[in-house]
Amino acid sequence: MNLAPKYAYYPGCSGQSTSSEYEVSTRAVCRALGLELAEIPDWSCCGSTPAHTVDHVLSAALAARNLVLAKEAGFDTVVTPCPSCLTNLKTAVHRMEDPDFMDKVNKLLDRPFHGGVQVKSVLQVIFEDIGPARLKAMVKKPLSGLRLAPYYGCIMNRPPDVMQFDDPENPISIDKLMEALGAEVAPFPLKVECCGASFGVARKDVVTQLSGKLLQMAETVEAQAFVTACPLCQMNLDLRQGQVNMAAKTKHNLPVFYYTQLIGVALGLAETDLGLDKLIVSPRGILARIGQKQPAAANQ
Amino acid sequence: MKIGVFVCHCGSNIAGTVDTAKVAEAARQMPEVAFATDTMYACSEPGQAGVVQAVKEHGLDGVVVASCTPRMHELTFRRTLERAGLNRYMFEMANIREHVSWIGKDMQANTRKATDLVGIAVEKLRRDKPLTAKKFDICKRVMVIGGGVAGIQAALDMAEGGLEVVLVERSATIGGKMAKLDKTFPTVDCSSCILGPKMVDVSQHPNITLYAYSEVESVSGFVGNFDVKVRRKARYVNWEACTGCGLCMEKCPSKKAKDDFNEQIGTTTAINIPSPQAIPKKAKIDPEFCRQFTKGKCGVCAKICPSGAIEYDQQDEVVGEKVGAIIAATGFDLFDYTRYGEYGGGRYPDVITSIQYERMLSASGPTGGHIKRPSDSKEPKSIVFVQCVGSRDKSIGRPYCSGFCCMYTAKQAILTKDHIPDSQSYVFYMDIRAPGKNYDEFTRRGMEEYGTQYIRGRVSMIYPQGDKYIVRGADTLLGTQVEVEADLVVLAVGAESSKGSPELAEKLRISYDAYGFFMESHPKLKPVETNTAGVYLAGSCQGPKDIPSSVGQGSAAAAKVLSLFSRSQLESDPQVSMVDIKRCIGCGKCIATCPFGAIEAIDFRGQPKAQVIETVCQGCGICTATCPQGAIQLQHFTDNQILAEVNALCQQALEVNFE
Repeated sequence: MNLAPKYAYYPGCSGQSTSSEYEVSTRAVCRALGLELAEIPDWSCCGSTPAHTVDHVLSAALAARNLVLAKEAGFDTVVTPCPSCLTNLKTAVHRMEDPDFMDKVNKLLDRPFHGGVQVKSVLQVIFEDIGPARLKAMVKKPLSGLRLAPYYGCIMNRPPDVMQFDDPENPISIDKLMEALGAEVAPFPLKVECCGASFGVARKDVVTQLSGKLLQMAETVEAQAFVTACPLCQMNLDLRQGQVNMAAKTKHNLPVFYYTQLIGVALGLAETDLGLDKLIVSPRGILARIGQKQPAAANQ
Repeated sequence: MKIGVFVCHCGSNIAGTVDTAKVAEAARQMPEVAFATDTMYACSEPGQAGVVQAVKEHGLDGVVVASCTPRMHELTFRRTLERAGLNRYMFEMANIREHVSWIGKDMQANTRKATDLVGIAVEKLRRDKPLTAKKFDICKRVMVIGGGVAGIQAALDMAEGGLEVVLVERSATIGGKMAKLDKTFPTVDCSSCILGPKMVDVSQHPNITLYAYSEVESVSGFVGNFDVKVRRKARYVNWEACTGCGLCMEKCPSKKAKDDFNEQIGTTTAINIPSPQAIPKKAKIDPEFCRQFTKGKCGVCAKICPSGAIEYDQQDEVVGEKVGAIIAATGFDLFDYTRYGEYGGGRYPDVITSIQYERMLSASGPTGGHIKRPSDSKEPKSIVFVQCVGSRDKSIGRPYCSGFCCMYTAKQAILTKDHIPDSQSYVFYMDIRAPGKNYDEFTRRGMEEYGTQYIRGRVSMIYPQGDKYIVRGADTLLGTQVEVEADLVVLAVGAESSKGSPELAEKLRISYDAYGFFMESHPKLKPVETNTAGVYLAGSCQGPKDIPSSVGQGSAAAAKVLSLFSRSQLESDPQVSMVDIKRCIGCGKCIATCPFGAIEAIDFRGQPKAQVIETVCQGCGICTATCPQGAIQLQHFTDNQILAEVNALCQQALEVNFE
């Protein structure tokens, strides 16, 4: 008999493309932790950023289609790694608590949505269903000597009424998980600040400024790397770090990990399963030093 | 019976949406109505004179006035009837304002409903009997609950007026919030210098009994005769013997106890006196931190105490007090600033509350009157004040303005410049609310003479950067985002109702609002009364107030009690329950159900019977509904009267249906 908790898994589009390392590491870590993910058959885009700016009903319908598929496949919980997908799926469920709104959405759907599905982030499932204590017991390679800046981004926990997970101003789930892995977590005050999000396309100056602030703060608190849970945040901090350096005449060189990658490292998973080679700012130096010496900041 | 009906216009309040002449005309057709008219203002002098005249001219036996709520004018008209020579209980009121004209705009429907209500009142009045009030003695002692400035003022005023006062205070010293302040606005005089002597007066006044570190456990009885049980919490020190010398504090090895008086800035010893100005100046032990209690051995204070006052085995003690009136002056609590996660209060050591800042400014405070950052004890040069933390914010359930934060922030900014001349203060504000005497001038002085920089806009986030804090907010006058670098951030926390207010309100049988503040009887005309006779309010327990208002209310409540006690006897309301001894089977159901303990069992010729204690009965009627025999009846609200009212209404409904 298989007692592993089973979840309907919604990978999201960026997991298939720009953040494939998040996708593979999420799958690998969940497998290692005994969380069984069953990909929703025939899932489609949740509407991402554009849909809800145009039409709330359309946006909810795009998300609800995936929820209906999950329900039909026999699941009551959908998990997704991407905070943007999470927001769309959760907002859809939240809005459809209003029967009038649900009616409008169902007019757009071939097969109607009638609730009975909850949505969680993979982070929430790992934090709540596994928990730091159990995770700690499974660590094979403690991340000692690694001082991290935990960065949640602006939508993982907000708005609190919809997301209903962790603190909207000072979330601690990634902090606790990283501590369980043996890493040191720097007091990072900009945990939920905006990185500039998709402005990278339209207004690069906005992103270089906002992400630049985050990078600067990470260095101020003497973190050696970022740990994030959002593909867009990761991209802005990692891929655009060079642009930030150019714009602000700085020399940041901070690797930006997904929290799943670091859990994977600590659990001793194979590097190829974690997509570490996909990171733009190379984490090699830092990963090599893990477990070798005390963090720089602790000596001061 | 000859009944007179008066339908009031109340200006346009009623006449605007009710055809009062038509209601009066309909009333003339009602049984036993000998006279009916409409009148402009029934409660006015000519209005009342009209009633008196009609009674005399038409030989009326009873009067119905259709106007506003009985809460407003029932007593007025009862007095009018007495002037006309009738029994004051031969009067009924139909509420056609709150129940009709103010809630509907349909003239026709309103007129019909008003007529129905008048019909009901007439049917009830036909069965009214003259009632006579009984007189009873009153106990001329008074209890004040809460020893803040409002409670102190009330206690002193009444003690000076010759009353015996029992002052009950929850914490170990009186003085309340005001005692914790360094200076007061707008005069910038020393708070403890003006309050201190009053606190001493309380302790020395022969008419005042002070129960500090005590709480009201239960209240029973009624105006003139309350029985209050007060729990005197165990202090583990005999206060009769304690001289307040403070030797125990010097020697106590446990120095980690919470220092409530200093708002947790710093700690105190497990045995402690709250402050040098404490009244009573007596020590108490905090058992959570005392080694004798936690580890079972220490006993240093017992060894050192020159008067042998330490009693580790002391227990809570409940004392009973008989009083004729009660003043609630329980004050307010400050908003829990940690609820604003984005401000980081509680997480960042240098984000503090205004009252903590006040303790820092105070010479008797934990820093000796020097402004220091809690994190590194450095003197801050840039101080940011954030207003409306827990005020005017619907999202955290505090939509009301706390009223005094604008002013104390202005004061603290001025004091900051006095303490650190090369400092710069910034105030983030929504509006400046400074309506008191000399208040606006004071805030202007802060801006113009002391250079406090005011920024209009809310703060969105506070975060540390290096050893500074970045306060990010909007400047809504410039229409831009601003960031201010601060060494210290002071959150101007708003007020909320004192902890345990709803529970106390239930003990006192008074109302409280959605936020836990006690409700006054009338917001304009009865600001210190409650709807429970003999219970009065003073100070911030009723809503946030500054010192002048609290003191004013303390004196007002005292005046109310003094005038209540100026009579030697009070009249009881005769609208109480009465037992028909022939019908009563002595089952005791009424005794069990009465919430006021107003019914007792008696032996009547060998049979158990119920008897109502008239002065205790509140006229709620629960017993009437309970009695299986219909033997106990509420005077003026008998079963017959209520049935007659229902019949009057149903008769109308039946007629409408058959049309």
